[in-house]
Amino acid sequence: MSPPALELEDLDVRHGAVAAVRGVSFALDRGEIVGLIGPNGAGKSSTLHAVMGLLRPVKGDIRLHGTSVVGRRPEDVARAGVALVPEGRRIYGELTVAENLRLGLAGRRARRDLDADLKRVYDLFPVVEEFRQRPAGALSGGQQQQLAIARALVADPDVLLLDEPSLGLAPLMVDIVFDALRAIRDRGLAVLLVEQRAQRTVALADRSHVMSNGTLRLTLGPEDAADTTTMVAAYFA
Amino acid sequence: MIAAVLGIDWRTLADAFALGSIYALMAIGIGLVFGVLRLVNFAYGQLVMAGAFALALASQWGWPVWAGILLCFAVVIVLSLLMDRIVFRPLREQSPAVMLVATFAVAFLLQSIALLWFGSLGKIATSLSFLQRPVTISGVDIRKITIVAMVVAACCLVALVLLLNKTNVGLHMRAAAMDFQTARLLGVRANRVIASAVLISGLLAAIVAVMLTVQTPLVTPDFALRDTIVVLAGVVVGGMNRLVSATLGGFAIGFASGLLGGALPTNQSQYLPSFVFAAVIVVLLIRPGGLFSRPGQAAVDRV
Repeated sequence: MSPPALELEDLDVRHGAVAAVRGVSFALDRGEIVGLIGPNGAGKSSTLHAVMGLLRPVKGDIRLHGTSVVGRRPEDVARAGVALVPEGRRIYGELTVAENLRLGLAGRRARRDLDADLKRVYDLFPVVEEFRQRPAGALSGGQQQQLAIARALVADPDVLLLDEPSLGLAPLMVDIVFDALRAIRDRGLAVLLVEQRAQRTVALADRSHVMSNGTLRLTLGPEDAADTTTMVAAYFA
Repeated sequence: MIAAVLGIDWRTLADAFALGSIYALMAIGIGLVFGVLRLVNFAYGQLVMAGAFALALASQWGWPVWAGILLCFAVVIVLSLLMDRIVFRPLREQSPAVMLVATFAVAFLLQSIALLWFGSLGKIATSLSFLQRPVTISGVDIRKITIVAMVVAACCLVALVLLLNKTNVGLHMRAAAMDFQTARLLGVRANRVIASAVLISGLLAAIVAVMLTVQTPLVTPDFALRDTIVVLAGVVVGGMNRLVSATLGGFAIGFASGLLGGALPTNQSQYLPSFVFAAVIVVLLIRPGGLFSRPGQAAVDRV
């Protein structure tokens, strides 16, 4: 059996004196969405930052297809096939939409099949193709979020990490983003979705881990999405 | 028109334009590195000085002009890349203050080395002195170097705009200047972007060295030091956060110095820096974000 696309093992991450993540282990495979939900300050973003090499774990391992990426620089993790859609989108507002996409190519491993990948991204987010020549800062929040995901996808990653992609979006835009994530999973990517919208995430993801105070408390499946009592209990556990 | 009011002749105007062009190139060299490293490289003038000594030595050894220029470029570029590798890269994660002090140290180090090797009297670079001779354009005598300086600066500007806008490395440099962390998360290699900026900045320093030695053939260890300080003031006045505004600031202060230098009586030209810096203070009081920065834009990471 081949190793999982991304695997976290007994991970400890500290922010100075504060233990942000403690003993977290989970894995995700190709064609899977794994949700990471929980209240603010639970350690969800710190987990993503550790994967990307922005924070160095004090203990544990992070493996990409079985190979440890701990200690690598963020750009090297990106070039190894992990793309992050950061919190707050982090779009380059002064650059055009097309230039933002071109930046996404920096993490791409191979030049071939670029046109086919671009077309798939445009199919997924037609608005990105339509507004190619506009400054990205002129786009609405929802359009910028689509651009942020498109920019991650043109790198042709194996693993896609998303940090609260629905934050501050109108309900219609949240639908677009979640539908896109479903399509991205069906394409065979491994998707790790950090979200505050617990119910929608649980319904979408193959598994959702509830995180609180730096540890994983509970794992929920899509069948639990309707069970409000379990979810509320998990949040306040 | 302004020229007529101040009683400035065409020759002074051309000289001021040339000085502005040279200072604009220095401003770009400083601004490019500031963009990606958020660091004011105070050792920039010493790079120019090293290039100028290379030219002086080459002319002393009787080398042909092209070989001297080649040596100048080689010396400045090797020094720039060494500076990146030995100083900037290991200290990049440190606070801006640490890096700033480090560039001061490099500046003094290079100046002391020059003092040890060449003495305080300096050397004379004569191989390009033919550019001091004037050509007559519609009745006005203009030194060749003024024309060369303006043409070279214009070519450098066009090349740089093309590089920044049309190439991947240019796009990566622009993105890194706006938000370095996101650029790295997208796979942009930090070391390569910084090395590119330092390399281009070094190329510009070498070009500046060639043109300044024509203007001032006597090369001493404090060569280009005053120019660097004036350009730094210009860059701050123009607005450090954007390359365009920093460049305009460099040009403006060079142009203003040139005009004032021509307008002030010779016995008062020693007060020129006072006039220039008085103008700098006034501008910063009125527009702290920089003369050419966009209104409402926050003045961040200013040194």
